[in-house]
Amino acid sequence: MDWFFNFPDMSRSDLREFKKTVDFAFTDFSRKYGQGIEEFFEPLLMFLVWFEKLFINTPWPVIIFSILLLAWISSRSILIVVGTFLSFMLIGYFGMWEDTMSTLAIILVATFLCIAIGIPLGIAMARSNKVQAAIVPVLDVMQTIPSFVYLIPVVMLLGIGKVPGLIAVCIYAIPPIVRLTNLGIRLVDKDVLEAADSFGANYWQKLFGVQMPLALPTIFAGVNQTIMMALAMVVIASMIGVKGLGLPVLRAISNQYLALGLMNGLAIVILAIIFDRVTQKFGLRMQKYRNEGKD
Amino acid sequence: MNSKNILIKVNQLYKIFGDGDKNALDLVKNGMSKDELLEKSNCVLGLNNINLDINRGKIQVVMGLSGSGKSTLIRHLNRLIEPTSGEILFNDTNILNFTSKELIQFRQNNMSMVFQKFALFPHKTVLQNVGYGLAIQNISKDEWSEKAQKWIKRVGLDGYETYYPGQLSGGMQQRVGLARALATDAEILLMDEAFSALDPLIRSEMQNILLDLQSELHKTIIFITHDLDEALKIGDRIAILRDGSMVQDSDPQEIIMNPADEYVSDFIKDINRARVIQARSIMTPTNTKSSGATVKEDMVLEDILQIMSDAPSKPVTIENSKGKVTGKIEMVNLIEGMKRPKSLGTNITG
Repeated sequence: MDWFFNFPDMSRSDLREFKKTVDFAFTDFSRKYGQGIEEFFEPLLMFLVWFEKLFINTPWPVIIFSILLLAWISSRSILIVVGTFLSFMLIGYFGMWEDTMSTLAIILVATFLCIAIGIPLGIAMARSNKVQAAIVPVLDVMQTIPSFVYLIPVVMLLGIGKVPGLIAVCIYAIPPIVRLTNLGIRLVDKDVLEAADSFGANYWQKLFGVQMPLALPTIFAGVNQTIMMALAMVVIASMIGVKGLGLPVLRAISNQYLALGLMNGLAIVILAIIFDRVTQKFGLRMQKYRNEGKD
Repeated sequence: MNSKNILIKVNQLYKIFGDGDKNALDLVKNGMSKDELLEKSNCVLGLNNINLDINRGKIQVVMGLSGSGKSTLIRHLNRLIEPTSGEILFNDTNILNFTSKELIQFRQNNMSMVFQKFALFPHKTVLQNVGYGLAIQNISKDEWSEKAQKWIKRVGLDGYETYYPGQLSGGMQQRVGLARALATDAEILLMDEAFSALDPLIRSEMQNILLDLQSELHKTIIFITHDLDEALKIGDRIAILRDGSMVQDSDPQEIIMNPADEYVSDFIKDINRARVIQARSIMTPTNTKSSGATVKEDMVLEDILQIMSDAPSKPVTIENSKGKVTGKIEMVNLIEGMKRPKSLGTNITG
């Protein structure tokens, strides 16, 4: 009756063998191809470094002015612009300007990457149920697996640095935009699509003329979520060598610096709120035709 | 009917929704009914052996209750739905053999559609909506917006070009739908319960707009409706569907005077016969002039009654549109014509 009370698991030596095999196999793989993969991501690294330098080296008034202008163009709300201005002044005054710029750079690059990969993926999912069935479980894994778990192979392959950090951020942040692009396209009114069909529209005309524009508010909700999740990954990414607001937080945890942790933590929160409000307002303005139309 | 006048010919069209089409088709061809089929093979019979000739330049109405297959039938004509078997000839070409490229061409140039729920593009302005069918043919913006403008004006929406559909009332939205369909200059217009979602006054107004346009454009219109009054008002010919089968396809007057079966009788039992039956349907043919007044063939009984009430004993003379005497009507004919056929009076279930 032993098997009834103790789970009949595999023997310790077998288990050890199993783990060893997997580990060695992957080590071999990374020895063999690590170099190649690193070279593959070289352009991305260059772009990231260039972008970060651009943010850090541009005089702060120019940066603030550009951000305020962007905030105004997309939200058309004085309240948001004033809030953004005060937030950035505060961040700068407390000496976190450079870290904030680094974080901003990696978030923007990550978001851009997620959009560039995520939207076509979402479109493919909306087009075919089979593609959808194949991708949904992958997204589920990406969203639920603890980030540390996929950090291990990423670091083994690419070492410590910006690119593995960026990849980790993207793995975590890409699911919402894929899901919401798919959903947005699938939710487009069947009657309207039938009308487009009846006038002889082809697939691409339907996609870009009808489905994408009508799905845009939903897709934008996905972009918003992607940015939020990317920001949430900043601290974890700093563990594998991404500079920015996450690094001081990490230092604060290990040394119990309350003030340092709070300040940088709050700076991340402020960035998140600004991004969120601006993109949400933009999303709302895009679907204005649904309520009153003319603008 | 001269075969040159037939623009669309539907031959032995079957549509069965669900899996196992092949087997189910044989069952249906051997006379299995819609309910039996659903029970036995879990397939829904959409269309059952439809044969229909649609004349060039006429309004063909297709009538039936919901679920009778009328919307399914109209969607076969531009292949929004693919049939299980049968053929659809357009100018003697079977459109079911079209490649996807040819089909797109056909939809762009030969057929356009107006929908029950309007199905306008909510993110496009009225102008862009009306010009849609042209814009997707890669016609320059100047050209399509000029044409769209013309049709917007024609349906009476001048000044609303920059509005979005959401800002317009139902009646106005359907005018946009109509203008959008007309803008491509397609010779065939498919109208799927186009006016059913509108309130009665607006509906009647839209019917008048349609008839007015038709008197000038002479399109071939396939008009789906479940409303007999509407069918009688605009139809040159009426086909009645029941459970996917064609019950009757004839001249509107013929449907009222000689309904094919109980189902059709049920349909027509509530109409005001005096207002729809025309003189030619009840007159006694003759070519000698009678003692009473002279009226046209297509005058309805109600109006003849007004004339005859002055001198009830004198029969009226009926003449055709060219002024030739074709028959006479006596008071007793009038009464007989307005009375419902006996078998219909007892049916109170409908």
